[in-house]
Amino acid sequence: MAQVPYEVYVHVPFCLRRCGYCDFNTYTAVDLGGGVSRSSYADMAMREMDLVKEWQLSHDLHEPPAHTIFFGGGTPTILPAHDLVRLVAHIRDLWGIEEGAEVTTEANPDTVDAAYLAELQDGGFNRISFGMQSAVPHVLKTLDRTHNQENVVSNVDAARRLGLRSSVDLIYGTPGESVEDWRTSVEAALELDVDHISAYALALEPTTKMGRMIASGRLPEPDDDDEATKYEIADELFSQAGLEWYEVSNWCRPGNESEHNLGYWRNVDWAGIGPGAHSHYNGLALRSWDIHHPKMWGTSITQKRVPWADSETLDSTMCIEEMAILGLRMREGLDIAAFEKAAGMSIPDVTLAEFEREKLATIKNGRIIATRRGRLLNDAMIAQVVAAVGA
Amino acid sequence: MAQNQPGSTDQSLVRNFCIIAHIDHGKSTVADRILQLSGIVEQREMRDRFLDRMDIEQERGITIKSQAVRVPWTVDGTEYTLGMIDTPGHVDFSYEVSRSLAACEGAVLLVDATQGIEAQTLSNLYMAMDHDLAIIPVLNKIDLPSAEPDKHADEIAGLLGVDPSEVLRVSGKTGDGVAELLNRIVAEVPAPKGQDAPDSPARALIFDSVYDSYRGIVTYIRMVDGELKSRQKIRMMGLGTVHDPIELGVISPEMQPTKALGAGEVGYIITGVKDVSQSKVGDTITAEVAPAEEPLAGYRDPQPMVYAGLFPIDNAQFPDLRDALDKLKLNDAALVYEPETSVALGFGFRCGFLGLLHMEIVSERLRREFGLDLISTAPSVTYDVVMEDRSEHHVTNPSEFPEGKVRSVTEPMVAADIILPKEFIGSVMELCQEHRGNMGTMEYISPERVEMHYTIPLAEIVFDFFDQLKSRTKGYASLDYHESGEQTADLVKVDILIQGETVDAFSAIVHRDKAYSYGVMMTKKLRELIPRQQFEIPIQAAIGSRIIARENIRALRKDVLAKCYGGDITRKRKLLEKQKAGKKRMKMLGHVEVPQEAFIAALATDEPTDRDTKDKIRAAQKAS
Repeated sequence: MAQVPYEVYVHVPFCLRRCGYCDFNTYTAVDLGGGVSRSSYADMAMREMDLVKEWQLSHDLHEPPAHTIFFGGGTPTILPAHDLVRLVAHIRDLWGIEEGAEVTTEANPDTVDAAYLAELQDGGFNRISFGMQSAVPHVLKTLDRTHNQENVVSNVDAARRLGLRSSVDLIYGTPGESVEDWRTSVEAALELDVDHISAYALALEPTTKMGRMIASGRLPEPDDDDEATKYEIADELFSQAGLEWYEVSNWCRPGNESEHNLGYWRNVDWAGIGPGAHSHYNGLALRSWDIHHPKMWGTSITQKRVPWADSETLDSTMCIEEMAILGLRMREGLDIAAFEKAAGMSIPDVTLAEFEREKLATIKNGRIIATRRGRLLNDAMIAQVVAAVGA
Repeated sequence: MAQNQPGSTDQSLVRNFCIIAHIDHGKSTVADRILQLSGIVEQREMRDRFLDRMDIEQERGITIKSQAVRVPWTVDGTEYTLGMIDTPGHVDFSYEVSRSLAACEGAVLLVDATQGIEAQTLSNLYMAMDHDLAIIPVLNKIDLPSAEPDKHADEIAGLLGVDPSEVLRVSGKTGDGVAELLNRIVAEVPAPKGQDAPDSPARALIFDSVYDSYRGIVTYIRMVDGELKSRQKIRMMGLGTVHDPIELGVISPEMQPTKALGAGEVGYIITGVKDVSQSKVGDTITAEVAPAEEPLAGYRDPQPMVYAGLFPIDNAQFPDLRDALDKLKLNDAALVYEPETSVALGFGFRCGFLGLLHMEIVSERLRREFGLDLISTAPSVTYDVVMEDRSEHHVTNPSEFPEGKVRSVTEPMVAADIILPKEFIGSVMELCQEHRGNMGTMEYISPERVEMHYTIPLAEIVFDFFDQLKSRTKGYASLDYHESGEQTADLVKVDILIQGETVDAFSAIVHRDKAYSYGVMMTKKLRELIPRQQFEIPIQAAIGSRIIARENIRALRKDVLAKCYGGDITRKRKLLEKQKAGKKRMKMLGHVEVPQEAFIAALATDEPTDRDTKDKIRAAQKAS
């Protein structure tokens, strides 16, 4: 099998405070037990990398130099810049880093400044993904975000001066956010003149503070129609400004795609480092995930065991399902021939004709490419394609 | 232990009786106390309610199937043999009551001293009087502080034309008065007077038949004339079939095989036959050698009054449903069914029931005893439809209502008797009026309670009349009804259309005045219950081609996961797999996916209470 690119993801499970909508694996405490604390975290993560490298070699996996590196969280920039830089250096020592590789960290606009960003740039980072979320104060407040739009503007400027590429994340559908509020945020993001923007519908998790407030009627329930309208506004304004969609929730100026995220959707290999991080090894059809809680995760590393909670080997049905899930979300679309080959069955012409008739997709160069409507109804399309080949 | 042996007990020592009582008036408790006093059940063996064998009976506190127990009782040194035949208490089972009554010479009228007599008890009492049974009036629960024995004794004495002092007072709970009751039974219930000369041809009435998973079919019989021996071939006179009985016996209170059963005795027979149709309740059993010439007067087969479709949620369970119905039919002659196909619900059976409770009990037994997962359609009655071209149609299923110009529709009527405390007269009159009832007479049965007589279309009763009656009278009213002719009425079929296609399971025949409220309620309910899909779904109610109500399910605009990185991929795949499993419980109506739950919920009855629904009904009526 041809060698697929290799990526490294590092999860940093710390935040200054937990946002009301967030159900990610993150903690506000400084010391999480089991030898895992903010100050020891980088060392622990490096030890995990050592264990993962050993595991790879024992499975005859000789990964190429890293094509991309991505730090996510939590709030990676809660760690000293020096720690992030040390982690990049360790990856270079273990696997090497491809010439021109994309090295990104997520950043909260109020946890970084020009000096911090300069240190990252010096240590090999070339891309920052800012969690802007909204430009509207009352929306940021509902989201429990502590930054303001000035933080975003100054940090994006600082990054630009340092030669770092920037992306911003936006959230739409926050309770109380009007369509005009959303338009304001989209326009503010475009004013930053970044070449990459992600926009996510607020995912409501019932176990979060916000989920409980909605369940008890203290906040209004998100509305699918409202979110659809906001998606359409964003897609319209972004593309007018020259940022084209390349995945359901991602837009960029051509050539500025997040290489790292493209890797997820193209099924490359990646090592996930940190509590709860997922890994994927294409040749083994293997997905694995780290122990969720940092304390147990740390204990496992201390005992020199790869800190995986569990793993699964994908069977042919699962592979077909994933191909549909990943392909239909992307602008490059689902490769019909490759999908049919994996499924051992053709997608009936009527299904494809119905996609076109219902304006869900266009069929071009042997690929199913979702229209805007098809992006909004993507999950239904996935189910239809999978059902069409009897998987 | 009993001296009198089955097969050699003189008729003059036999007393067969049943107990007529309303639900919860304590019949089973009194019956259990009788078993215990007679010594055939030891104190330590007493289960609560020995006689109610089915789970459902025990849970609901009602008796559905009769049981027949042989009880010894000695008076002045002579041992008598009492045949105690348990009877159902609910109005739907009056047919079974009449079967039990035919096997007895006496009836104990058991009334709760805290509540007084109820409408259904009254109707069963009249049935017992029609059978010329000796009636022994008894007030139960005299141990309760809220008992008003004097008041209710007056009420019963008035009904029977006896002196209030003749009304016995007992407590099933403490056992008070129960021995005296047994003495009264011996003294007042006549002994059977069948032919008991040694050469009399045997005749036994089948009054019940049950399917036992270990023994096969167990047939309950009352010997009327002559004697049956355990090793004797028998003949079913109605069916003309001959069997070799495996076992003959009495229940006391467990099955006890015997060598013979003589005139007047009550017992059971097991033939080993597995085919349920081979043991027909109401048939006469005679001996194959020296048979009787004439069968006993049998029973009139009961007419189902309410029809509904029963459909397995999983259509693969259709054959299981058929088997289960066959087994229930064995001891439930009132249950009729034939296969039915619904576009919406697949294969099932159109079933006829005696009433709503009967329908509920049957569906619940099918669920519980046979593990079937069922959807039942709304109950409906039978209509006779005459078209302009004079063609006639007998309609038991709204979806079979003929298309075209209707000349007349005839619906069944019932005579309803309602007993209630006088302060609720106004609200009950209002309720009956809303349900198209015509008031007949009204009598005071005591200074506080009245009995009202109404003629009401059966269709009005089968829906939710009883629940409403109970709620409007704080539970105090009781209802009894029986067939009473028919009437023509302005009835129409309301169809429900999803995306332009009629869904047969939701069609209903209703009075024109109520068509709008049915249409609005149903379309609104379905709008809530059917999930949004990629296209707009109109839901309409129509009379013929005229749309009377409409709701829209707006097209789904967004159905997509926000993020799909790293671990999200696994999560999304698991969601997809869950979604695929959920699809199996979806019914496709044209292009529209309708969850099974939507059918179940839409067919559940309830009242329109919210403002929006009421406004829409008014608007629809105005527009007509």
